Amino acid sequence: MVIAMATVSEFKFSEFVKSVLWLLFWVILIFSLIVLPIIFVILFYIPEPVINGVRINPYLLLTMLTNPQIGAPLIKATIESTFFKIAVFPGFTFAALFATVLIYAERKVLAKMQLRVGPYHAGREAFWWANSLGGFLQLIADLLKLLGKEIIVPAGADKPIFWAAPVVLVVAAAGLIALIPVAPNWVIADIDVGLLAVFALLGFFPLTTLLASYASNSKYPFIGGLRALYQLISYEIPLILSVLGVVILAGTLNLTGIVNAQNPYWFIILLPIGAVIFFITALAELERIPFDLPEAESEIVAGWLTEYSGMAYGLIQLANYIKMYALSALFVTLFLGGWMGPQIASSIEFFDVTIISAEEANGVTWFAIKTFGIALLMIMMRGINPRIKIDILLRTAWSKLIAIAFINVFIAVALLYLGVVPIAGGA
Amino acid sequence: MSIKHEDTNTSVPGFHMEGEDRGILTLSVGPQHPGSGHFRLIVKVDGDIIVEALPDPGYVHRGEEKMCEYRNYIQNIPHLERPMIADSCGILYPYVLAVEELINIQVPERAKYIRVIMAEINRCIFELYWLAIYGIFLGHSTMFMWPMADRELLIDLAEMASGARVTHAYFVPGGVRNDLPDNFVEKAVRHLKYFRSRLKEYKDIFYDNPLFQSRTIGVGVLRREDAINLGATGPVLRASGVEHDIRKVEPYDVYDELDFKVITMKEGDSYARAYVPWLEMFESVEIILQALEKMPNGPVRTKLGPNPKGGVAEVFKRVEAARGELAYYIVSDGNPKPYRVKLSVPSFRELPVMAHLLKGAKLADMPSIYWSMNYWPVEADR
Repeated sequence: MVIAMATVSEFKFSEFVKSVLWLLFWVILIFSLIVLPIIFVILFYIPEPVINGVRINPYLLLTMLTNPQIGAPLIKATIESTFFKIAVFPGFTFAALFATVLIYAERKVLAKMQLRVGPYHAGREAFWWANSLGGFLQLIADLLKLLGKEIIVPAGADKPIFWAAPVVLVVAAAGLIALIPVAPNWVIADIDVGLLAVFALLGFFPLTTLLASYASNSKYPFIGGLRALYQLISYEIPLILSVLGVVILAGTLNLTGIVNAQNPYWFIILLPIGAVIFFITALAELERIPFDLPEAESEIVAGWLTEYSGMAYGLIQLANYIKMYALSALFVTLFLGGWMGPQIASSIEFFDVTIISAEEANGVTWFAIKTFGIALLMIMMRGINPRIKIDILLRTAWSKLIAIAFINVFIAVALLYLGVVPIAGGA
Repeated sequence: MSIKHEDTNTSVPGFHMEGEDRGILTLSVGPQHPGSGHFRLIVKVDGDIIVEALPDPGYVHRGEEKMCEYRNYIQNIPHLERPMIADSCGILYPYVLAVEELINIQVPERAKYIRVIMAEINRCIFELYWLAIYGIFLGHSTMFMWPMADRELLIDLAEMASGARVTHAYFVPGGVRNDLPDNFVEKAVRHLKYFRSRLKEYKDIFYDNPLFQSRTIGVGVLRREDAINLGATGPVLRASGVEHDIRKVEPYDVYDELDFKVITMKEGDSYARAYVPWLEMFESVEIILQALEKMPNGPVRTKLGPNPKGGVAEVFKRVEAARGELAYYIVSDGNPKPYRVKLSVPSFRELPVMAHLLKGAKLADMPSIYWSMNYWPVEADR
């Protein structure tokens, strides 16, 4: 059967140009015949929105291109809108960018620890500007590789759950970001039970892991899923107990309130034990070395991720890194005083309109610096530790971490009643 | 070892329990598994406990012994290194000794020292490779990179001496292929001293790490009697407290003129099996430094005739390779080609020990037990 012999070597430039021109032709045709009429119909029927007493219409947007001064109030209004907060900052786009930087930092920092160079050559020969990026393009290359791969679903897999798991993980990870304040009054969902909501969302991950592993219809994922469940019952109680001290001192479950309660002392000074337990259990929650039992490579191949491939695997990894950002941010919020810090940033102004005040800019800067520092600490743990065993994790968590967490709670109560910290919330 | 292949009549492949009531799950660890190498381990687990482990070697059988019968004594040298390229001098050493005895030639004194130096350099090269994979098997990525990087120092030395980085083909009957270059001694001393200082850092990051200790101390304990009865060899045997080293028991070349200790530990667990090679690397450095000092000047090779042949005889020679006792049994019928060559490799002898230790261990202990056995599938299959 030589009919199917591929003619890869017969690349003709003229054919290539022809195909590109055909593609352009169809894009222009579809755009002008279908997309443009739809846009005009929508613009015709939808009333123009009014921001700051100015009616927004397409002509105004075009005018802004030549005279940006008109747009300054609009930019401020856009940044203050809920949609911007959810979609861009401090919402999903910011978290995804932070996760990307974390992946790059992980590869570079680990390489430095291991006497290697890390990503370096990607794009260097093709683009002159890639020299200054130090291999950052490797991430783009990895993303393109994942996008180009086939997603193989195992025979006998429970398909809806198998497909849903990566999406659920990303959504739950993105939900975590919504609760974390990055600057004064700058949080997507400022709810009174913020901390409870965080733990409710964290509960999604092991459950989804178990479902995904069971849906894979394979042996190693099944063992990985069971391990994830064992890990959950070992770390979740110390995790919640370690936060109890913070809640006692702050007198509120609202994360903004907790940050405000850390003026002038950060809770890591008052409750160092709680901070350490939170850090350890956060590592366990993230399934990172030394707690990457559910995906232990040399024992159970890739654990519950074994049957995932292509962008389904990519989404799970994205969810992991967003979760890493969220838990680092949570650590900063609970123990490191959130956005608080000396004034280093100035306000951002655009044609005499203060878009971001100095206080907010400073808060965001400090929050990003602290979060990145904690995330780096989490990354470095991977460089110096091997993987722990499940029985040792269970024994340590139940016999040691819970006991120490209770000591932490007693310290918090003692601090409160000795008058070191004023009783908040009018108790 | 006979493997019973289970009958899967179900239409859909995937997750099936073997014997629903007993809840036994059969895992095929390898040959396509990140923690197996070219080798399969059929593991039956009850929950997290391994109830049975059946090693299934043979995926990389190359017929080395049969190949020997079609080549003459000199032509056999390069291909005999292939089963164990990480320790290529170690696997060639007994062959060269046996052929020398068979065709009855004398080896110059300097060549004997050079052979000991190269054998010990290769021992370190192998043990660093082995240690690196031990690290990554337990999830310690830094311990994977560091020994791999430090191995380059010793590979550079071996390259200076022999011209090849991994498969040297350096030992020949009658001595070594060529003399050491002029600046070898000076460079070797410098590299080895730096290497010794790096070895001490491994202790800080790996051996003293409480997580590593919790994974290996008390895991896969091989008692002294079991080690002897099951035929363990090399670091595995010495980690169980048996002071057995061919370099001391049956000294070959100039090992009896050098001063070194046989490292033993009495615990016999995975930690001891990981610790003994580390201590042995210090001893190897000592041996090399001593040999470099004592090495006389003179020729390095006794010239052989074009097609050397022995009488009707059989010889048995064994050496202490990095993984343990490695022996060659050569039968000659007077022809230039050997009648029969038999390799007794240490890796294959660890298989029964591995099956014995894995039984009753936890699944999470499998990598540390498997890799601490010094098992090398390519060498075991020959």
